[in-house]
Amino acid sequence: MDDTPRTPGISRLLGVLPGTGRSALAAFGLVAFVLLPGLHLFTSGKSPLHVSDYVITVGGKVMCYAIVAVAMDLAWGYGGILSLGHGLFFALGGYAFGMYLMRSIGRDGVYQSDLPDFMVFLDWKELPWYWRGSDHVLWALALVVLVPVAIAFAFGFFAFRSRIKGVYFSIITQALTYAAMLLFFRNETGFGGNNGFTDFKRILGFPITAPATRVALFMLTAATLAAALLIGRSLVTSKFGRVLAAIRDAESRAMFLGYDPLWYKLFVWTFSAVLTAVAGALFVPQVGIINPSEMSPASSIEIAIWVAVGGRGTLVGAVVGAVLVNLAKSWFTMAFPEFWLFFLGLLFIVVTLLLPEGVVGLWRRLLRGRAPA
Amino acid sequence: MRRPVHVLLAFLTWQATPALAALDAKAVGQLASEDSEEKIAAIRQLVQGGDPTAQRVLQALGDDGLQLSGGKVVIVDGERVFDAVTGEELKPGLEGGEGISINNRVRRELTAALAALRLFDPDRGARLTAAQELTAGADLAMAPLLARALESEADGQIRQLLVLAHAQASLKAPDAATRLAAVRALRASGNPGVRGLLAALLDERAEPDARVRTEARASIATIEHRMAIGEIVGRVFSGLSLGSILLLAALGLAITYGVMGVINMAHGELLMVGAYSTFAVQTLFGRYLPRALDWYVVAAVPVAFVAAALVGIVIERTVIRFLYGRPLETLLATWGLSLVLIQSARTLFGAQNVGVANPSWMSGGIQVMANAVLPWNRIAIIAFSLGVLALVWLTMSHTRLGLFVRAVTQNRAMAGCVGVPTGRVDTLAFAVGAGLAGLGGVALSQIANVGPDMGQSYIVDSFMVVVLGGVGQLAGAALAALGLGVAAKFLEGLAGAVIAKIAVLAFIIIFIQKRPQGLFALKGRFLED
Amino acid sequence: MSPVRAPPPLHPDFHPEASIDAAGPGKLDPSHRVILYLEDITVSFDGFRALDRLTLYIDVGELRCIIGPNGAGKTTMMDVITGKTRPDSGTAFFGQTVDLTRMSEPEIARAGIGRKFQKPTVFERHTVFENLELAMKADKRARKTLFATLGDEARDRIADTLRLVRLASEAGRAAGLLSHGQKQWLEIGMLLVQEPKLLLLDEPVAGMTDEETDRTAELIVSLAGEHSLVVVEHDMAFVAQLGGKVTVLHEGSVLAEGKLESVQNDPRVVEVYLGR
Repeated sequence: MDDTPRTPGISRLLGVLPGTGRSALAAFGLVAFVLLPGLHLFTSGKSPLHVSDYVITVGGKVMCYAIVAVAMDLAWGYGGILSLGHGLFFALGGYAFGMYLMRSIGRDGVYQSDLPDFMVFLDWKELPWYWRGSDHVLWALALVVLVPVAIAFAFGFFAFRSRIKGVYFSIITQALTYAAMLLFFRNETGFGGNNGFTDFKRILGFPITAPATRVALFMLTAATLAAALLIGRSLVTSKFGRVLAAIRDAESRAMFLGYDPLWYKLFVWTFSAVLTAVAGALFVPQVGIINPSEMSPASSIEIAIWVAVGGRGTLVGAVVGAVLVNLAKSWFTMAFPEFWLFFLGLLFIVVTLLLPEGVVGLWRRLLRGRAPA
Repeated sequence: MRRPVHVLLAFLTWQATPALAALDAKAVGQLASEDSEEKIAAIRQLVQGGDPTAQRVLQALGDDGLQLSGGKVVIVDGERVFDAVTGEELKPGLEGGEGISINNRVRRELTAALAALRLFDPDRGARLTAAQELTAGADLAMAPLLARALESEADGQIRQLLVLAHAQASLKAPDAATRLAAVRALRASGNPGVRGLLAALLDERAEPDARVRTEARASIATIEHRMAIGEIVGRVFSGLSLGSILLLAALGLAITYGVMGVINMAHGELLMVGAYSTFAVQTLFGRYLPRALDWYVVAAVPVAFVAAALVGIVIERTVIRFLYGRPLETLLATWGLSLVLIQSARTLFGAQNVGVANPSWMSGGIQVMANAVLPWNRIAIIAFSLGVLALVWLTMSHTRLGLFVRAVTQNRAMAGCVGVPTGRVDTLAFAVGAGLAGLGGVALSQIANVGPDMGQSYIVDSFMVVVLGGVGQLAGAALAALGLGVAAKFLEGLAGAVIAKIAVLAFIIIFIQKRPQGLFALKGRFLED
Repeated sequence: MSPVRAPPPLHPDFHPEASIDAAGPGKLDPSHRVILYLEDITVSFDGFRALDRLTLYIDVGELRCIIGPNGAGKTTMMDVITGKTRPDSGTAFFGQTVDLTRMSEPEIARAGIGRKFQKPTVFERHTVFENLELAMKADKRARKTLFATLGDEARDRIADTLRLVRLASEAGRAAGLLSHGQKQWLEIGMLLVQEPKLLLLDEPVAGMTDEETDRTAELIVSLAGEHSLVVVEHDMAFVAQLGGKVTVLHEGSVLAEGKLESVQNDPRVVEVYLGR
């Protein structure tokens, strides 16, 4: 059952992993921290072993999506809370950190003003109050966490308290992100309207497109992903995780045992939102742009399909799904752009109809089938 | 845009009557003068005669069809040439004519003059249009003519307009008493232009007479009040028409959600199917039945219903049926369907919007107030959706299908036990829900762009209607849809479209705190698990 | 949690001054031998009166059977006691001080009322062991469960319960794989480790074999005394096996109360069950 020895810190976190998980984590660490960075930085562009900018950027981006998928899986796979509004939290994290990146441009923008270009364009004379402090990276990082916490907590509190669940909850989260998208599309909102934030120059004083900066961000993302998996794993294997799943499966049974679903759901929902926001904050400096389309209902619902493809209720499944779908997307949008929507649409249908446990579930069933019964 | 065509038509019919009296030859000759002042004076004189035949000459002047040929002013109409004074056709035709050109100032004068002349047209429509044009700005010189038109005019609506126009023209009169009467008469207006006109009088330099100024102030207050009412009427009306579209979209959703507990994310795309069906019917009519083109909408209604219902049946039979009891997965699968439908529309009809035109009987509108026009297309949509609502209500309360649907909505297991064929009811209910979305598509095609993505923008709103209205409750859905529509339009006026949308969403989120099951909750044991 | 409010002085044993001294607010105060007071409870759904001025008292340690035809309001009564349904009027007190009408389901459960559903409800994807672990009396607030570990004492208790409900060999299996009767037993086991003062059992032997039914009757009888029990049942033979007082509900209020034999001979009860 719960053989976790009472040891502190990282060893306790690692303790929640089964043996294969530990080897997989080690392999991932080797690739993400040694192999790819090394081949990117220390081989010449002509070498067949060279890892290009593109690979590092796409890798970083996909890992950000994988973090989001883990967050989504915690809420949906384990908590039964299907959010169709996680794009909002992703974008909030992105915008919060993007504010810092915008301020770091300094006077190097097109208009050579202290203000971000879009504000000059709107003929604004000074920063709006909510931009104050955004030139300090620590404040930006605090916002990355605090803003999603505040919004997710307030929204979740009211929704879960009035027992809104299932599809009702899903469509209201969709409405939430939709409303936020409309708000951010407005120029007057003060976040760059349609175009959002882009043309970043530097981060913490380092040029943002330099290979070393890229690699540092890449490794930071990889570390965050590993941490998200470990924390997620320890969460779902704790008693909390078992109660959460119990609430997901039979909410009134859990209530009559004395568990108040409100706080369990609220915790996992808020945690999921923050994790998503952190992924958004890592995404922006690597991809170089954040705009309101990240909040569109379509991009939020896509997150759900990553998790469904991989297999919900398994954290590694979420990662696998995010990677598979996004690689497929990159390939399709280059090779057959007009068929991407067909593919994505069919993916939604086929996975829900035929692969309710996703590829990881399929894989496990195949393994079990081959093993002698 | 359509008005000039009407006017032209009226003119052409009139032209066919041969009885042409001769015009003042001197005034006609003066039209060819190089000097704009002279031309204007000539136009005024021709109008003052009130002679309908002058219309032809002036119209020709406006259309660059008036020429000076050998010292004689002639009207050139294609190959044929007429004497401007007598109206007789000249044979042989024209040799070496010189066009008479006009500048913008003259053209303005000309437009007003033509309108004034049409005040005496035997056709009521032509007179009405003319009177409307004149209320937009009449000159003092027109006042006597307007007074004469008033004497002969019997139609109440036109008279009202003429009184306004006459008053406007009289505002410039040198006599303070006339101006005072005019200011009083203008009180009946709700026109923002008139308000501006009166506001100019408040200045002492523009209006020396104190009584006129006081009176003008009072008139402005009355007009502003009326304009405010007009604005409210306009808002309520556009809110109702938005609401009735939402109602059509939400009715289907409410039925399928009530019966199957399924949120169909492809519902918006069923609207799109309906709209593209309308487009297809329009195209077919254009090609094979051009004379009945005006009635294509009527034919589109059943076509769209059936098309969307068929798509709905396919969705239910191939996807939703297999996901019974898994509402969250259904949500994802139907989202996938919506993507496939959008891409299919793009592949079939192109990514661009297609043009669906209002039939002519739907264009124009009822002018209830000077600043409130109720367009026919929106009136038609409101009436249509209320009709559909009534039909759905009748179906639900008076047919066997309705009975079954209500039974399954309340307690599926029990309904199954007493012999309701729940599987067939599911399919039928889904088909009806989809068909209703198709009808919504027909309505939407009349007021909005028809394109592959059109369904997406309505889906969030129609979900909100279902959330607000409650499960399987027709009255709730209707009230929620119309209420949301009107609220959205009012907030739009106060704070802009985006803030309005956000405020409505915030309201819904707060509302369901208090009443999680919507406006009209079915209370009882059935729905709690 | 719940406000200090004395139940209305309808019951002959009620002494307000004593109740405040005996226990603090929100704590169960089972003095005066009565653990559950339901007084004048009315619940209506869209005009239909599921409960109509229902008044019922359960004594400490009592085993009470509730019978009645379909629609008599048995399940609604359970819903009111456990906080699932709020009464339109009337009062429901647990002991002297705990006002059930103002508490949520989890609060009521923590106060010491356990409920078994008509349809066996267990966590099907959790193992049998985990089901019991989750049911076990403990601090059930979310933040406490984040770092909770299972002590030896708790493990022993679960092992004992597993033996009692004859599921020791199934401990590691998913509960969804159990038979219907086993699920009923598991749910009873979950109720036991929850250590409630008052147990509400809705048709506990539905779908059980005769042998299982007998064992269940034995178990329930043995629980009485230490626990108070309310059993809703259709099966008269089972009710007879349990002994104890019987309350007959009809159209949302109490029709008759007393020993099974006397109730069965009551002409009004006979009419409700057989007549018309």
